[in-house]
Amino acid sequence: MKSLLIRGGRVVDAATKMDAVRDVLLRDGKVAAIDAPGKIKADGAEVFDAKGLVVAPGLIDIHVHLREPGQGYKETIASGTAAAAAGGFTTVCAMPNTIPVNDSPEITRWMQAAERGASARVYPIAAATRGSMGESLTDYAAMKDAGAVAVTDDGKPILGDAIMLEALRAAAQLGLPVIQHAEDTRLTGGCSMNAGALAFRLGLRGMSIEAESGLVERDIALLEKVKGGHLHVAHLSTKKALDAVRAARKAGLHVTCEVTPHHFVLTEERIGHYDTNAKMNPPLRTESDRAAMIEGLLDGTVDAIATDHAPHAAHEKEQEFDRAPNGITGLETALGLAISVLHVQHKMPLGAVLALLTSRPAAALGLHGRGSLTVGAAGDVVVFDPAEKWVFRAADSKSKSKNTPFDGWEFQGRVRLTVSEGRVVFR
Amino acid sequence: MAQTRKPSRSKPQKTSAIPFFEPALFQRAIHPQSAISASDFSVAEIRRILLSADTLEKEEPLRRAKRLAKRRVALLFYESSTRTRTSFELAAKALGADTTLVSSLSSSIEKGESLKDTGITLKALGAECIILRSPYSGAPYLLARATGLPVLNAGDGMAEHPSQALLDLRTMLRFRGIKATAISEKCLRGVTVTICGDILHSRVARSNLLTLPRLGAQVILCGPPELLPEIASSMGPGIQVERDFDAALRRSQIVMMLRIQAERLAGMKIDLDDYRRRYQANADRMAAHAPEALVMHPGPIIRGMEITSEVADGPNSAIAEQVHHGVPIRMALVARALAGVKVDRR
Repeated sequence: MKSLLIRGGRVVDAATKMDAVRDVLLRDGKVAAIDAPGKIKADGAEVFDAKGLVVAPGLIDIHVHLREPGQGYKETIASGTAAAAAGGFTTVCAMPNTIPVNDSPEITRWMQAAERGASARVYPIAAATRGSMGESLTDYAAMKDAGAVAVTDDGKPILGDAIMLEALRAAAQLGLPVIQHAEDTRLTGGCSMNAGALAFRLGLRGMSIEAESGLVERDIALLEKVKGGHLHVAHLSTKKALDAVRAARKAGLHVTCEVTPHHFVLTEERIGHYDTNAKMNPPLRTESDRAAMIEGLLDGTVDAIATDHAPHAAHEKEQEFDRAPNGITGLETALGLAISVLHVQHKMPLGAVLALLTSRPAAALGLHGRGSLTVGAAGDVVVFDPAEKWVFRAADSKSKSKNTPFDGWEFQGRVRLTVSEGRVVFR
Repeated sequence: MAQTRKPSRSKPQKTSAIPFFEPALFQRAIHPQSAISASDFSVAEIRRILLSADTLEKEEPLRRAKRLAKRRVALLFYESSTRTRTSFELAAKALGADTTLVSSLSSSIEKGESLKDTGITLKALGAECIILRSPYSGAPYLLARATGLPVLNAGDGMAEHPSQALLDLRTMLRFRGIKATAISEKCLRGVTVTICGDILHSRVARSNLLTLPRLGAQVILCGPPELLPEIASSMGPGIQVERDFDAALRRSQIVMMLRIQAERLAGMKIDLDDYRRRYQANADRMAAHAPEALVMHPGPIIRGMEITSEVADGPNSAIAEQVHHGVPIRMALVARALAGVKVDRR
């Protein structure tokens, strides 16, 4: 593999607190050198001129659904990671709700095999219970050995107190986080949006805020009993749940959480006339919850921006609202939304925005050697123009699915180059 | 590096792209002559529709039948219906249109055909307007987008039943002696309407709540908390929740009873004896608290449950009259849907 010299860009690396013009040399899949402009001698290296552009560690999305094995018509690992690369992501953590469920080391390894044709590093997240049925734990040690970085039954929350406690204990012994999709599904049967006035008006059944916050509170109470336990709350969407995380952290518990771009950008109003591209779980909430997500991102309570990239085929989404599956794609719009909303609109420093997409998610899931530009780290780099405005077209998406509520949106911040382990995967 | 410089995956995948001339389904326009929500109608539009209903009702039948002669109207019913289906069908036929009924039990819907594909099929067969009843809230928007045709909502899930709200309005206006020409933002000022029963699951209630306050009426909603959440009062100005049916009746000139929608309860348990005691419209209660009030019910009525026979068949009952108004109102809606629309049968 030829070396790549990224020259003259503004290197922003939250982990090392660097924000300066630097040259970056990638060689043999790793960061080989970072130095002042013109200092690095790299004869024969390909040169990418990054003048006026931001050079950052490749972005990390700790919550994606790549649909393989089993649902290649929605997405494949190749197409999903191609979308990731187009969005500036070089690392994605793949949820286990595949068909079959990823509850074995064999599937965990299969997902990471070179034959999948991935354009980004894929870290599988293994099922916390067999078949994600919530009854008996999977073999966490074996799946960690196979490369899994966390356990979860995402989409099928672990409701039983005893099994959740058991999961937290088993994971703690191996240093793995337990990720919970916080939804008390006993309270949300038949629900397809946020509870409240709009749900009443639309004649749709609504999920209450308490269905989310109640389970977060329950999980935190269980975590108190587990020495060294780590709970990670997936795609948090309500102020009440965020407050619970904030309080638990203050009390010294190891609780981390993520928020999706759609939950800090959109409200339930986006449903309009039953647009299923605004149907996801957790649902879009009201303005006060959206504002609380922004606040949590700004004050550091939120550890990561994660997309919950959930591709679905057109024929599945082009159905009556109640019948359509939950979820939207998100890998190609996350950086544009984060820059446009957090950096431009809310004046969050670029370094802090990037931390939510690089070093902090890497820390939350213990992804060693990722999320920072230091010599010897993985050669994962994104180069983007922080000022360029562009219009996102779903039809041009690299994902197999086009189920996005952001079709036609204008964003600020455009990816120019994505390099995964030294290999150019998007430009 | 040579091969990584131009990775094949980064080439635009033209084959999977949606052609530019066909916008994504949820970005397509709704035909403006559709009637999907009661909120689609401005007060002026409500007046026009009710005036049109008057005109069409009085028109000589043979002349009326020339208005939409041989135009094609499809009725697509995913739920059972007596009143709505029959009156839409009679309305379309009275205007001279050919109608065809597709219902979920006798069509490819049973074989798993989607609403979108069923709509495309009906359009290909020449349908110029589709009248839809669906158990799913919002289904008419999907059908309207998928076909580009005017869609008339004959009831969608728990969401809306706009033609019912219009025929209910016609019933109320007749009772108050208000002519259609007098319809305005104030025409129902001083009128209090109580809607009692299973508000949560009722599309009739929602369409009425989106109509009556805009004409100046006060609306009182009445029912137990399980079937009437407080949030219901957010549907419009002047809407109140009152749990005491007797108190609501004492303030009302019109009372609309709703049945408990057993098919939508989703596991909810209701103590029916207690429900009858508190919320049933029976002769004693009506005589004591609202002896003059007009009693309405969109049907189907469950005698002995939310209403007794004495009240349903009594002198203040407008239940049959409501059904009667269904045909002229629906004639007006079908005529409106097809007015000025070019026949494109390709």
